Amino acid sequence: MLDWLKSPILTFQEFVTLAGRASLNVFRRPFYGQDLFLQMDTIGVGSLPITVLIGFFSGVIMALQMSRALSQYGATGQVGQITAITLVREMGPVLTALLIAGRNASGIASELGSMKVSEQIDAMRALGTDPVKKLVTPRLLAMCVTLPLLTIIADFVGIVGGYMVAVPLLRLTTGSQYWNNAWRSLEYNDIAQGLIKPLLFAFIIALVGCLYGMRTSGGTQGVGRATTQAVVVASVWIFIVTALVTRIFVNL
Amino acid sequence: MARNEAKERKCILKFEDVSLQFDQASPVLDRVSFEIWSGETRIILGAAGAGKTVMMKIALGLLKASSGRVSVMGQDVTNFDEVQWYEVRSHIGVLFQEGGLFDSITIEENVAYPLLNQARFMTNGKKPTIDSVRPDVQEALNFVELGNTLNKFPSELSGGMRRRVGIARGSVADPDLFLYDSPTAGLDPITANTIIALLIKDREMRNTTAAIITHRFQDGHLMANFRYNPEKDHLERLPADSPLRERTKFMVMKEGQLVFEGSETELDASRDPYISKFSMHPARKVS
Repeated sequence: MLDWLKSPILTFQEFVTLAGRASLNVFRRPFYGQDLFLQMDTIGVGSLPITVLIGFFSGVIMALQMSRALSQYGATGQVGQITAITLVREMGPVLTALLIAGRNASGIASELGSMKVSEQIDAMRALGTDPVKKLVTPRLLAMCVTLPLLTIIADFVGIVGGYMVAVPLLRLTTGSQYWNNAWRSLEYNDIAQGLIKPLLFAFIIALVGCLYGMRTSGGTQGVGRATTQAVVVASVWIFIVTALVTRIFVNL
Repeated sequence: MARNEAKERKCILKFEDVSLQFDQASPVLDRVSFEIWSGETRIILGAAGAGKTVMMKIALGLLKASSGRVSVMGQDVTNFDEVQWYEVRSHIGVLFQEGGLFDSITIEENVAYPLLNQARFMTNGKKPTIDSVRPDVQEALNFVELGNTLNKFPSELSGGMRRRVGIARGSVADPDLFLYDSPTAGLDPITANTIIALLIKDREMRNTTAAIITHRFQDGHLMANFRYNPEKDHLERLPADSPLRERTKFMVMKEGQLVFEGSETELDASRDPYISKFSMHPARKVS
């Protein structure tokens, strides 16, 4: 029993250590600005099209699904409210994070994993750079900046998607009522949890990707394993954390 | 050679009863002790998994020994933390098994990497620019005869060329000790000999202390018996009684233990079945 628990606890310890070191490095010289911008470009700009697409369709699906339920109560006018709240509170952050986990946690893990197995990480240390500072910190920072932004974009595009279904397509409500409804239903509580979640997810995705990448052993096969593990672990933690955060905000 | 004699002989690398053990498994390194002095070339032979690379990583501080003491350039580094190690490492050149080049940046940036990132080349915490180090980078690449590859990427080069870039990167900061991990592994005999010729040339021109991990006996044989002639730009065999032969020492590792340490003559004389495998190699006839 104890042996069975040992490895996940050790991994968690490594995760916390890495998180601490990577976060402290934000304030320590030297800074790798170029690496930061490169990562922001790959993670942020690179994920933009797919985020917009997924965000749009999650709004479309939400409005379509809700149209039937709401019409039973004769409350089709509320479609804007429902779409906005579900997207901003939960769907936007979680879907975007899962998407970025699949796209970038795997990317980070395989990149760092290949560097590990080809001794580039060792070479980096041997040649005088801290791999945590040079590789992990820029990725973490870039993720913390871009993931909330991507989530905001996904939320907005999702609400637009909901509008497309509710107004021109199904004529559930009028355009002004939809937008008014969506806008008024959002409280500070919703916005706050909608922005805290992506920030926490950014930590999870970047650090899990980096941790599994840097722990890679066993050649090319090891890189594949690290990549898969990174995506699975990051996704699971996204769900656990979103449940915890929602629990806290529901009581507020 | 005048430089060599003028310089006081210093102990560059010292291992005292160094062991390394993961979990309860048998030790990867078992009470290994040796000293490498300045100007010396140390050939480290041994089968795969004998602990040669691990030893190199301990000397670089990439792995921490479970017990024993390690000294680099007279400094006891056994309990150094990562930050202190950066200073120590900036005086050690290293060539990794597969070259260890960063494949996302150009050859020029690879070779410039130590100069741009090591603390001792920074002035007031500011990094030098790539333009200011370009002459040094060019010189190091010219030395390995790859002066025209500055803007290429590592993936565009052959295995032997990547090794040579690795040598240029390791030597660009003029290290006091150069560690070569299997510089000839996986290369054809001709390319392997060019690499060893470069190592000999480097030793002659810069007077570096070197530790060379290899499983090819010829590498050690060449290092021990040849010198580089700068006037004629080729290698020449040392006379049989040359004292320069003595600067090349051999070490044989077996399952984490150091089983032999001595000169080439002593290695040849050994009757131990494992050790003589590294001296009675059929391909020894290198002219």
